[in-house]
Amino acid sequence: MAEKTIFCKPEAMSSNHTHYCPGCTHGVAHRLVAEVLDELGMRERTIGVAPVGCSVLCYNYFNCDFLEAAHGRAPAFATGMKRVAPEKIVFAYQGDGDLASIGGNEILHAANRGEKITVIFVNNAIYGMTGGQMAPTTLPGQVTTTSPTGRDVELAGWPIRVRELLSTLRTPAYIARGSVHSPQWAIKTKAMIRKAFQYQDKNTCFSMVEILSTCPTNWGMTPTDSTKWLKENMIPYYPLGELKSPEGADENFERMTGVAK
Amino acid sequence: MAKKLMKGNEAIGEAAIRAGADRYFAYPITPQTEVAEYLARRLPEVGGVFVQAESELGASNMIFGAASSGKRVFTSSSSPGISLMSEALSYITSAELPCVFINVCRAGPGLGGILPSQGDYFQATRASGHGDFRLIVLAPSTVQEAVEHMMVAFDLADKYRNPVMIFADGLIGQMMEPVDFDAVETGTPADHSSWAATGANGREKHIIKTLYLNPADNEAHNHHLAEKYATITKHEQKHEMYGGLGKPELIITAFGTAARVCKTAIDVLNGEGVDIALFRPISLYPFPAVAIDELSRKAHVKQFLSVEMNNGQMIEDVRLYTNNRKPISFFGRQGGIVPSPEEVIDAIRNLLPKKATAAAKKPAAKKTATKKPAAKKK
Repeated sequence: MAEKTIFCKPEAMSSNHTHYCPGCTHGVAHRLVAEVLDELGMRERTIGVAPVGCSVLCYNYFNCDFLEAAHGRAPAFATGMKRVAPEKIVFAYQGDGDLASIGGNEILHAANRGEKITVIFVNNAIYGMTGGQMAPTTLPGQVTTTSPTGRDVELAGWPIRVRELLSTLRTPAYIARGSVHSPQWAIKTKAMIRKAFQYQDKNTCFSMVEILSTCPTNWGMTPTDSTKWLKENMIPYYPLGELKSPEGADENFERMTGVAK
Repeated sequence: MAKKLMKGNEAIGEAAIRAGADRYFAYPITPQTEVAEYLARRLPEVGGVFVQAESELGASNMIFGAASSGKRVFTSSSSPGISLMSEALSYITSAELPCVFINVCRAGPGLGGILPSQGDYFQATRASGHGDFRLIVLAPSTVQEAVEHMMVAFDLADKYRNPVMIFADGLIGQMMEPVDFDAVETGTPADHSSWAATGANGREKHIIKTLYLNPADNEAHNHHLAEKYATITKHEQKHEMYGGLGKPELIITAFGTAARVCKTAIDVLNGEGVDIALFRPISLYPFPAVAIDELSRKAHVKQFLSVEMNNGQMIEDVRLYTNNRKPISFFGRQGGIVPSPEEVIDAIRNLLPKKATAAAKKPAAKKTATKKPAAKKK
């Protein structure tokens, strides 16, 4: 009886073993992006931009051309590439320290210029590569090596909701937040990623999908407890779903700001 | 083509377009903003790309992304902006991407001032960012030369896969001079298909990176870069000799606008029979070491005087590459002040034996603006 392939590694992923810690959900996020690149037939014209952080080596796992950015500058790298090669698909893959802290200005202005790029923003509420420091997205009270008694919002401010922040911009964009703590949400998140790349392909708008992710090592939890912690603590502060779409952007802007166009 | 009267900053922008570089990313800063203003108008006419970045950090990192495509790209800024761009310069040099950076230098440190300066000589010729790296640095002293440098800069960047910096100053950026764009030919952009990120279409993926976690790999990469800088040092030294009456006893070393002022001073003194000449580095990196070494060995050359619009930076290279064979003095103005020919003449006269200048003594130049050019002791 002839065998039929029903599941395989996406062509947009390499065969390399990842260096990610056991239970880390970067691997799931990578796979979702790779599946979308395959399904949309984009791999051979895609250029990725890697961040500085845990996913700095993600070019070893994706099977497409890649640039390795300076810390936080991936949206600027992606802007440069997309502006000189608008026929390519350009995406940046960034973590929360990279995007929301040191690269806050780059992401804000890339979104505001409406760069036709896609940003995959992996938010695990902590600096992973440097060993578990407080991130701009670390939750109130969350213990990290630089907030040893828990994040004090009086001193460190409240965590930045990047999806909400960027959605206030007048420039049309597709901005959504998914999560990979459960298979159901992984599937929903993949649909968001697919939409994001499709908007880029049609030259419609800037697109960003924030993905809530776990960091068992630096959270000091088992992978199972981590997904539970994400669901119980992160999702209430970082609600999931699409917040902004290019369709109805004017109405969205009015709703967000109370200002008529 | 007939010569055209143009402002330096605008001529630099036009020269880039003529060199086939029509993709430009920048942030406004005085005194180079006219480059961006000119290109914002001009690039859409030629189907090029102009992006006003959110900052010099943004602009320089856009250059990284854009240069990764293998296309000719460039940016311009002035001193404080170049400081911010130094992050990207380190990455771009490590990643070996061809591109061109223009520094229309203004007075520092800090916010300093907006007037012309050469205070960024160290920044340009040493690694301005982290790690071992070098830029090829060209220093024009006229608007025409700025145009010529822009046009060869892209060829040099292509040839060595290294960023090239045009080190101009606020005077060259702001003044108007006649320029001829046909005076220099630019080469055809090189084929970068073996490494450029263009999409892995029917080939293995291309990764453009600067991270080498294995120290042996990183050392090998640094050795490779060092070999490249050695090749550049061997082949790309450029300088100009100016003036002199046959056996100059004093050599002025000066570049850019300072060299221009020195030429006037030398014309005056040569006219009086005083035998002095100018050694003008055109490439600041690589420093024209071979030529100045030879010059310093000549018996008739008794001393050097480095004239700079800073506190004495290039003089360190003059010392290094003449091996301190002859006494070296310094005269400089800072803060955005361009030295006057009279000041330079005074500085020269103070260094020469009385007999050489006695016959041609003139009324003293304005003393208030003159600093005694005492030899620096460091």
